[in-house]
Amino acid sequence: MCGTCGCGQGEKRVEDLHHDEPHHHPHPIDELHADSADRDHDHSHEHAAAHDHRDEPAGSHVHAESDHSHDHEHAHWHEHNHTHPDGITNSHPHSHEHRHAHEHEHGNRNRNRNVNGPSGAAATRVLSVERDLLAHNDAVAAQNRRDFQAAKTLTLNLVSSPGSGKTTLLVETLKRIGGGFDAKYPIAVIEGDQETTADADRIRATGAPAIQINTGKGCHLDADLVRTAMGRLGMPANGILFIENVGNLVCPAGFDLGEAQKVVIVSVTEGEDKPLKYSGMFAASALLVVTKIDLVPHLDIDIDRLIHNARRINPTIGVLKLSAKTGEGMDRWMHWLETARAFRLATD
Amino acid sequence: MHEVSLATALLDLVHEQAAAAGAGRVTRLVLEIGALSHVDPHALRFAVDAAALGGPAEGATLEILEPEGTAYCLDCESSVAVSTRGALCPSCGGAKLLIQGGDEMRLKEMEVV
Repeated sequence: MCGTCGCGQGEKRVEDLHHDEPHHHPHPIDELHADSADRDHDHSHEHAAAHDHRDEPAGSHVHAESDHSHDHEHAHWHEHNHTHPDGITNSHPHSHEHRHAHEHEHGNRNRNRNVNGPSGAAATRVLSVERDLLAHNDAVAAQNRRDFQAAKTLTLNLVSSPGSGKTTLLVETLKRIGGGFDAKYPIAVIEGDQETTADADRIRATGAPAIQINTGKGCHLDADLVRTAMGRLGMPANGILFIENVGNLVCPAGFDLGEAQKVVIVSVTEGEDKPLKYSGMFAASALLVVTKIDLVPHLDIDIDRLIHNARRINPTIGVLKLSAKTGEGMDRWMHWLETARAFRLATD
Repeated sequence: MHEVSLATALLDLVHEQAAAAGAGRVTRLVLEIGALSHVDPHALRFAVDAAALGGPAEGATLEILEPEGTAYCLDCESSVAVSTRGALCPSCGGAKLLIQGGDEMRLKEMEVV
């Protein structure tokens, strides 16, 4: 199976936009691997003294019989933005620690790693790793984010449960921006679904370039899939890239794609409790869009309660209410998009 | 639900670290899965066992540490412990909590032979 995009026999499939051309996979991920090899270095050293680290915090132990110390914490700073309900965006730095693996020989004084210990059993070593499980995805997402920033592309990751009206909202949005040659600025759409190209077909009908990613049994898009899709779709420089994630309020929350912001979409038919039941997604999103408000007269929903619940999870989340069908509230959504795009254009 | 993706990512990381250390077999893995990480430790165990089959980490003991959630309360301006997202502040009852820790998913250490 193709390791980058899963194209071929695998479950994951990024739509091939040029079926008649010889099959070619751009593999930007490979470049990333080659590049990250420099940064991904191991420190390996052995200890002459037998000791036990089990009860000590990683990196803080003392070696009574050895004359070296090894502390590999590197702090570095990241900027990130968040927008308050009053529309003011703050940016503040925060630091992360990175630790590199180092190993400790246990139970024997022999310097040869693979030699048997005194008991005759093979020597057991404990490697202190301290790496995030999603480190690979996060590294690719960071690369995507740098590319989006360099091209001044506003990238939005649209997340929701199935049937919330994401695709209908996108189609109506593209009609207002202008999908084809009459577009006010470049637009591109990545559609994520487990099966079918139905959604990408609906988007392409508006004239906007779109590519379908089928995740097969997978329940979310990841940064690799988005990177492969962008290699085929082309970057909408100075414009907007919409990524419509797989309909699922659980898994996409944890997988950074390199987007500027996540937008969570909830339809009024879903009730007031979604933010409390699926809090991770609401915690990770900058904007809540409540859709299908034309249906409110037929329902018992209390929208204020839905918004209250969302703010209980994420005090700074912005809120818009609209109906893509009647057009109510669409002007405010278009204004939000223009403002977010202007913000991206105005900053590096 | 996405525990299989996490297990696959974990095994990639384990294989990379084991190869770099020249280890032939992995006997124990210690993970930190925060209480607010939305990962079900049971499902993760099942997925890791399945993903490890046929590789150097097959049959490895899986130890999962579950650090508690911590949050900053915007109402009473203090750091508090929380067990779920959307919980109310245990000291003032306020609802404006910013999660600060307990959402980690990391490979802490591994024992190799």
